[in-house]
Amino acid sequence: MGAVKINTPLNDEVIKTLNIGMEVYLSGIVYTARDAAHKKLLELIDNNEQLPFDIQGSVIYYVGPSPAKPGQPIGAAGPTTSYRMDPFVPAMFEAGMKGMIGKGQRSQQVIDNISKYTGVYFGATGGAAALLAKSVKAAEVIAFPELGAEAIRKLEVQDMPLIVINDCYGKDLYQQGRSKWAIK
Amino acid sequence: MREIKVSQITETVKDLCIKACTELNPDVQQAIAQALENEPSEAGKAVLRQLLDNADIARSEKIPICQDTGFTVVYLELGQQVNLTGGSLNEAINQGVKQGYTEGYLRKSIVKNPLLAPENTKDNTPAIIHTDIVPGDKLKISVLPKGGGSENMSRIKMMKPADGVEGVKNFVIETVNNAGANPCPPIVVGVGMGGTFDHVAYLAKKTLLRKIGQRNPDPRLAELEVEWLNEVNKLGIGPAGLGGRTTALDLFIEEFPRHIATYPAAVNIQCHADRSKTFIL
Repeated sequence: MGAVKINTPLNDEVIKTLNIGMEVYLSGIVYTARDAAHKKLLELIDNNEQLPFDIQGSVIYYVGPSPAKPGQPIGAAGPTTSYRMDPFVPAMFEAGMKGMIGKGQRSQQVIDNISKYTGVYFGATGGAAALLAKSVKAAEVIAFPELGAEAIRKLEVQDMPLIVINDCYGKDLYQQGRSKWAIK
Repeated sequence: MREIKVSQITETVKDLCIKACTELNPDVQQAIAQALENEPSEAGKAVLRQLLDNADIARSEKIPICQDTGFTVVYLELGQQVNLTGGSLNEAINQGVKQGYTEGYLRKSIVKNPLLAPENTKDNTPAIIHTDIVPGDKLKISVLPKGGGSENMSRIKMMKPADGVEGVKNFVIETVNNAGANPCPPIVVGVGMGGTFDHVAYLAKKTLLRKIGQRNPDPRLAELEVEWLNEVNKLGIGPAGLGGRTTALDLFIEEFPRHIATYPAAVNIQCHADRSKTFIL
């Protein structure tokens, strides 16, 4: 089965067509945020302050890229481990986020939230950071520059290779893959 | 006495940092290629192909294999007939790390005052430096940039002597199983056994300098390495955790004498970006 092409921002209609194990080429704008940036975003949400980007339908990429070489939009840019962002997910969904890109398993609470808010969790291949950087066409720091690699960046991506790990139907590719291939 | 200027050490460390982060070692690349031939899962194969492509891109464009260019761990074997001149050894190493991470466009991931006032040191220093004084007049320098994702999945356990070999084996398998997709499989598993609370973790990490397929010289431990690796690969986690038979590329065991009352075991997990470079001055 070939990959399906989808664009950001995401809506319920598109998300409902996504099932675990589907390969996706994602294009459009994605925003980067990891531990420190999430903490700051939640402070803004808690204080009813304006967020530094339009979160409606947005996709958040858990990444702290390496520095860009001259003439390049970004350095190496693979996903960081997602579970560290689990505590922030309910508030991010509530604010309007629709999708997340990362690597590694999510908590049951996050999986339940993905169903509740009709969201999606994409996996990017951890450690394939030079390859993933190829799909980033432009990058710009839009908030918290003092965080360095952890600053929020607006990335323009084209055909970023992803796989659906958790769909809005409560399924989990990691669990399914493991039970299929484990030798008892 | 043979003289080595510390400025040579700075230059060497700088070079090793950049090369370790951008050039996947041939043994690791070969092991991933071999895994691609053996892996029955289609999703797993697709990931392994990406990893080989990724290594090629990183090498040809001189960009990091992984954006997490790690905590810089440096192992020294310093010959006791070497006279170091021109400054402090540790400062020279940290200067090399600073230059390597800055000039090589590597990510600076180290924050000082972690408890109360975290602040990035902006040059990836300080390095963790382990120095062994050995006979001879050479200085062997190994640089092992260690990523945070796999480090977070590593564990140490003060077991009971009654737990025995089976106990350690179960601890190793359980650690890999709990880690699942998080540490970027296919992983490399470093197991330390014996020594003290701190030394056992040192042993586990130092095994990661071995080349893939390099067995412990003790044939009994070598046999355990192969047996435990096979057990780990039955877990079904597979490449990127998508399911498959390649969960680990290798498993290394290193042991040290223990106190009669203690039975320390440590599992240091390394991601598929199993990076290290060595040079002898």
